Amino acid sequence: MTTRIGVVTFPGTLDDQDALRAVRIAGAEPVSLWHRDKDLHQVDAVVLAGGFSYGDYLRAGAISRFSPVMEPLIEQAKAGMPVLGICNGFQILTEAHLLPGAMLRNNHLHFICRDQKLRVENAETAWTSDYSAGQEISVPLKNMDGRYTADERTLDELEAEGRVAFRYLDGNPNGSLRDIAGITNAAGNIVGLMPHPEHAVEPLIGTGGTDGLGFFTSIIKKLVNA
Amino acid sequence: MSLDTVKHAAETPDAAQPWKELGLKEDEYARIREILGRRPTGAELAMYSVMWSEHCSYKSSKVHLKQFGEKVPANDAMLVGIGENAGVVDVGQGYAVTFKVESHNHPSYIEPYQGAATGIGGIVRDILAMGARPVAVVDPLRFGAADHPDTKRVLPGVVAGIGGYGNCLGLPNIGGEVVFDACYQGNPLVNAGCIGVMKHEDIHLAQASGPGNKVILYGARTGGDGIGGVSVLASETFESTGPAKRPAVQVGDPFQEKLLIECTLEIFKEKLVAGIQDLGGAGLSCATSELASAGSGGMRVELDTVPLRDSSLSPEEILMSESQERMCAIVEPQHVDRFLEICEKWDVIATVIGEVTDGSQLEIFWHGEQIVDVPPRSVAHDGPVYQRPFARPSWQDALQADDAGKLARPANAAELREQVLKLVASPNQASKAWITDQYDRFVQGNTVLAMPEDAGMVRIDAESNLGVALATDGNGRYAKLDPYTGAQLALAESYRNVAASGAKPLAISDCLNFGSPEDPDVMWQFAEATRGLADGCLELGTPVTGGNVSLYNQTGETAIHPTPVVAVLGVIDDVNRRTPVAFAEEGQLLYLLGDTAEEFGGSAWSEVVHNHLGGLPPKVDLGREKLLAEILISASRDGMVDAAHDLSDGGLIQAVTESCLRGGKGARLVVPDGLDAFTFLFSESAGRAVVAVPRSEELRFTDMCGARGLPVARIGVVDGEEIELQGEFSIPLSELRTAHEATIPALLA
Repeated sequence: MTTRIGVVTFPGTLDDQDALRAVRIAGAEPVSLWHRDKDLHQVDAVVLAGGFSYGDYLRAGAISRFSPVMEPLIEQAKAGMPVLGICNGFQILTEAHLLPGAMLRNNHLHFICRDQKLRVENAETAWTSDYSAGQEISVPLKNMDGRYTADERTLDELEAEGRVAFRYLDGNPNGSLRDIAGITNAAGNIVGLMPHPEHAVEPLIGTGGTDGLGFFTSIIKKLVNA
Repeated sequence: MSLDTVKHAAETPDAAQPWKELGLKEDEYARIREILGRRPTGAELAMYSVMWSEHCSYKSSKVHLKQFGEKVPANDAMLVGIGENAGVVDVGQGYAVTFKVESHNHPSYIEPYQGAATGIGGIVRDILAMGARPVAVVDPLRFGAADHPDTKRVLPGVVAGIGGYGNCLGLPNIGGEVVFDACYQGNPLVNAGCIGVMKHEDIHLAQASGPGNKVILYGARTGGDGIGGVSVLASETFESTGPAKRPAVQVGDPFQEKLLIECTLEIFKEKLVAGIQDLGGAGLSCATSELASAGSGGMRVELDTVPLRDSSLSPEEILMSESQERMCAIVEPQHVDRFLEICEKWDVIATVIGEVTDGSQLEIFWHGEQIVDVPPRSVAHDGPVYQRPFARPSWQDALQADDAGKLARPANAAELREQVLKLVASPNQASKAWITDQYDRFVQGNTVLAMPEDAGMVRIDAESNLGVALATDGNGRYAKLDPYTGAQLALAESYRNVAASGAKPLAISDCLNFGSPEDPDVMWQFAEATRGLADGCLELGTPVTGGNVSLYNQTGETAIHPTPVVAVLGVIDDVNRRTPVAFAEEGQLLYLLGDTAEEFGGSAWSEVVHNHLGGLPPKVDLGREKLLAEILISASRDGMVDAAHDLSDGGLIQAVTESCLRGGKGARLVVPDGLDAFTFLFSESAGRAVVAVPRSEELRFTDMCGARGLPVARIGVVDGEEIELQGEFSIPLSELRTAHEATIPALLA
């Protein structure tokens, strides 16, 4: 049976088509999910894509977090369904308290778009098993509110439990605490990060590399072997 | 004040009317009275005043623009020409591409963030209204002196506005320009371009036909922002002591626009509209009169049904409001329910505000009373046409006689080296990454090339790898020296940039930025530039599909440099064959294509080293440009070159520096026979490019150039970590990088 991976479209989601394409390129069946639909349509995993849902006019992700689709998503994520939050998706996951911490405006106060080098710190999550721990990858970064923040205790906990999944290399682009680019929950099924692996899945497009494809092949392998 | 109805207007022919305050001239007001056979109502006066403004009616430029329709090259790619929201060209495989460049200059000076943001919003809706999905934007920008304090106010605001709107909209920003010149100090040029893609059968037009069809206004509510923006802002010269005009600038909501795009595309998909128009300058006045004018009958609108943000707005204000993110569709009655359902799905407000009639008049009612009864064509298409006087400026000869060739040249290798560093670090030649990194260039996942490449390129079909490229160029310094040649140089550079990326140039759009048409000097510049552009397009075989004119770009008596900006669209069958600018492979051979002469008039070198503007701009040879383009495209298709960079402002050394820094590799250069080092590095002769050729392809490449008569000279090799000019100097890449990349952040961050 083909692995079915859902991608949610909220009003203002921008990278949903890219995420669907990445899922397809990796070999799974992409499924569009609609924010008003209180049903995940039996998908095996969900990607919350990047964008400016509801214009980010309140806090990024703060309104989407209350969308009908989030009810079953939160319930099933807590029960172990894999969820990947990219950029705005990561912000929604923190607003939904599926991941700890929050994102503040970049410390230089500008939107930033660039090729970003990352170190994969945890290669055992549902979304990173195709990488090796310590592997360096390059994927596009593009955000306005990307500065990861949490209280010291939470940060210490994340470090101690190996839940810092990705760290920025060659310059922290936004002032994120401890260079954190992405984190995971304790179970490893929920991962959120600010950079965009779905923009790095084809040789010619975006940064011109395929370093992001591993997110999608990781989850497919995990689901097929489950 | 009581409602000024049509009946009331007929009964009170002598009532005083504020036509002058609304920007109308006395004879224009008299003409309106003649058309209507009575005085206009307040609402009618509002409509005529905005629609007959320079910005909407092109009344000063029309007589010159008609050349673009007369000197049309034989080109079977053109599907929709000038006059619609945007032109459309055939790019093969059943796809059509629509693209256009527009200006939002005046609003961006007053309110940089919102002015620039709504510039993006407006051009995107133009593209959407043709039936296309917008796939990319570009931004040609011009500001005052880089170190002027006001530039630090205007530029960051403009850049944040473009980013804030475009990023939130989900459109990759793939190109454009950033130019600094003191002439733009009080009149920054904020031009915005957009590309949209559709299938041939999806092309939509702005026309209201079929009596009984409904007029649906959808998108944002109508508010008090931007009232009179068009007539007040774009059609009057700024006076240094005028009243604050801030309220006339519109406020953008990119989130609403994103919903509008997705909603509209879903509506197109189900084929629910018979005609469609976006609401931009002149708002509902423009949309209703243009739709009705282009259709077969009349139109009746109940203006009190328009959803408002501010319930106190008068009917005149509602008609003039330039509130953003609104569209107007003509829908057959049986499709109305489904249309409204899709709008509801996307949380977009939609209201039936009227219907197409079998009459001939545009009739607008306010709570049952008629306030507008006009022939729509008289508002939308039959505005005034001026034959503005023009004459070659008295100073033109002296300017051209001030030959840049007489300027002091570097006396030795050390000075040459110093001037290279000074050039690549100058604000106009320096890296603009600090600016372009604030734009999302990756969204939609189809970006193949983006700035600082020669042209932006996006894939439009993931199966076949069909792609389109767009470049925008303009050089006000060249155009000031000779507007005819300057316009052709802008065209030639943009054309060359598209070809350098590997794409075949197909058609152009232009944004013509000039000073006041009431000044005969400026009008001459405009007449010369349009003539040059029209002649150039005819010769290159690239028709003008549409564009925009921005006049009155002057403060007091001082006009900006004449600045025609040209956007060339190209097509590439397989984006895998695209050519980047980066020199990335050591050992590849560098070839200079084209002829280099001592041409320094208007050059970056003359500006940076001598703060000089005089002489003649580089000569144009469009036949040579065509040949060069053919060679570049063939070389790309057949894998003969791995990198190509066009030569323009800054000359060869600028291009080589950019390509080396982009690829992270150095170059060893030798001055070819017949040239001196200075001319080799800094000349701005047109019709040239530098390419990196793999050694295995050298013979095939030079044979091709030789067979087709294109002069080529081997000028060096990709090698090492410095740029070395044999026998003269060498500069480490790290030193060049610092010089090239530090300037803009130091000035603006």
